[in-house]
Amino acid sequence: MIQIKQLTKTFKNTKGLDNINATVESGEMVALIGSSGSGKSTLMRHICGLMCCDTDSGGQIEVLSRIMQRDGQLSKNARKVRTEVGVIFQQFNLVDRLSVMTNVLMGALGRVPTWRSVSNLFPPAERRLGMESLARVGMADKAWQRASTLSGGQQQRVAIARALTQRARVLLADEPIASLDPESSRIVMDILAQIHREDKITVVVSLHQVEYAIRYCPRTIALRQGRVVYDGPSTALTPSFLKEIYGSETEELFSPAVDNAMRHQSKNTQNQPAPAPAAA
Amino acid sequence: MTVQNTILVDNRPPRSVQSSMTKLSGWAIVIAILAWSWEGADMRPMALITDAGNMATLAGDFFPPNFADWRLYLEEIVVTFHLAVWGTFLAVICAVPFGILSSENIAPWWIYQPVRRVMDACRAINEVVFAMLFVVSVGLGPFAGVLALWVHTTGVLAKLFSEAVEAIDPQPVEGIRSTGATVIEEVIFGVIPQVLPLWISYSLYRFESNVRSATVLGIVGAGGIGVVLWEMIRGFYFAQTCAIMILIIISVTAIDLVSQRLRKLFV
Repeated sequence: MIQIKQLTKTFKNTKGLDNINATVESGEMVALIGSSGSGKSTLMRHICGLMCCDTDSGGQIEVLSRIMQRDGQLSKNARKVRTEVGVIFQQFNLVDRLSVMTNVLMGALGRVPTWRSVSNLFPPAERRLGMESLARVGMADKAWQRASTLSGGQQQRVAIARALTQRARVLLADEPIASLDPESSRIVMDILAQIHREDKITVVVSLHQVEYAIRYCPRTIALRQGRVVYDGPSTALTPSFLKEIYGSETEELFSPAVDNAMRHQSKNTQNQPAPAPAAA
Repeated sequence: MTVQNTILVDNRPPRSVQSSMTKLSGWAIVIAILAWSWEGADMRPMALITDAGNMATLAGDFFPPNFADWRLYLEEIVVTFHLAVWGTFLAVICAVPFGILSSENIAPWWIYQPVRRVMDACRAINEVVFAMLFVVSVGLGPFAGVLALWVHTTGVLAKLFSEAVEAIDPQPVEGIRSTGATVIEEVIFGVIPQVLPLWISYSLYRFESNVRSATVLGIVGAGGIGVVLWEMIRGFYFAQTCAIMILIIISVTAIDLVSQRLRKLFV
């Protein structure tokens, strides 16, 4: 589904990414963890083609068996590939002054001819899909509000609805909960887990809190200073093991607020099918 | 209290010698430029006093203003307004693409550099100069004025528009790009919603100043109240001139006030 080969990115002599090799299979839900500055966001931005790797480094990224970038050059098909890759950002990246519905319909831009989209003549089928997507994230009643009037958690749910409207087969969530309070974080992660399960969407989510990775993602790729330091089942991420690979940075990867949210969550959602833990 | 005050005074960071030197030399440069320009500008303050009688006579000729032909003046002011409306409208339409194409964050350098230079040229030359040229090419009348305002205002607005575009938040644009949108869609959905309030405000502001400029265009034959004004001044009909100036002041002020109100709605 996603194939990363020899990916290296240099920022003014420091290695942002250092020879990353990784493969994500169809239907996986993978966490990307690491402290700030470890290269999570940089890697995410490379996968969705918003950034290009070093030229002539031999680096290559394939998404859905199509080349997104190679040797620091965006593929000619990059735009086509992007239409099937949904991206969720830390800062939501909605257009504040547009309505929630218009923001969600942006997901259809890859399918709708430009003349229709720019004259705001989205086909009724796309509008229905947009509305259904909003309903799935519980935001249908806010469809005609301006995006700027929503809270952070609500904006992130709208961003997920945009990816659903995109009919994305791969979802890249770059620190989707880093700007949210624990309660909103839980809702957003639950929605991501739910669409992963129901729509068989491959999800890669970068996090800096290990608890969420263990809770929601069977597999974790851990980055440190631009290198993959661990790639395997999330269950292996015990505090002592993390200390071994991260040393003093470990503290940043655990936060007390998350513990509370987790307890709260397990109380509330006991009879809901929880996302499969890594061991299962 | 006194103790505290002394402490406050003592704690002030010492002013560096260098910064006060820069300040002093800055003032020295300003004064030097003023002195240098004195001769060239033919500054004769005494003339204000020696020619005071002249000016008093001229001012006396202005009053009382003669409003006998007020219908004609009003008609011409309305024409001036029409001229400004079309000049500004055409300029706004053209400034949108040119403004986007001269933005660093949207267009590659080999597009924005030439577009910017063309816009600089449009802006550098005054409306009156364009009006004279257009009077030669399309004949006397308001249309020449419309064309003059159009060209000059396009240059001004394209610059203002592109400055707004360069100040946008890039994140929403990336959000749109990540869905596989085309560049045009990125601009329409990601950029324009962010800059629209500013663009509207700039356009209204330019409309205000175009109404003012349009009153002058008539002097070179490009239509509007300026034509009548120039005829009156040339014929030494100062009472009529005064009436026209009063009407211009009233109408320009009214338009400024309305447009200011409108601009506040958008920002």
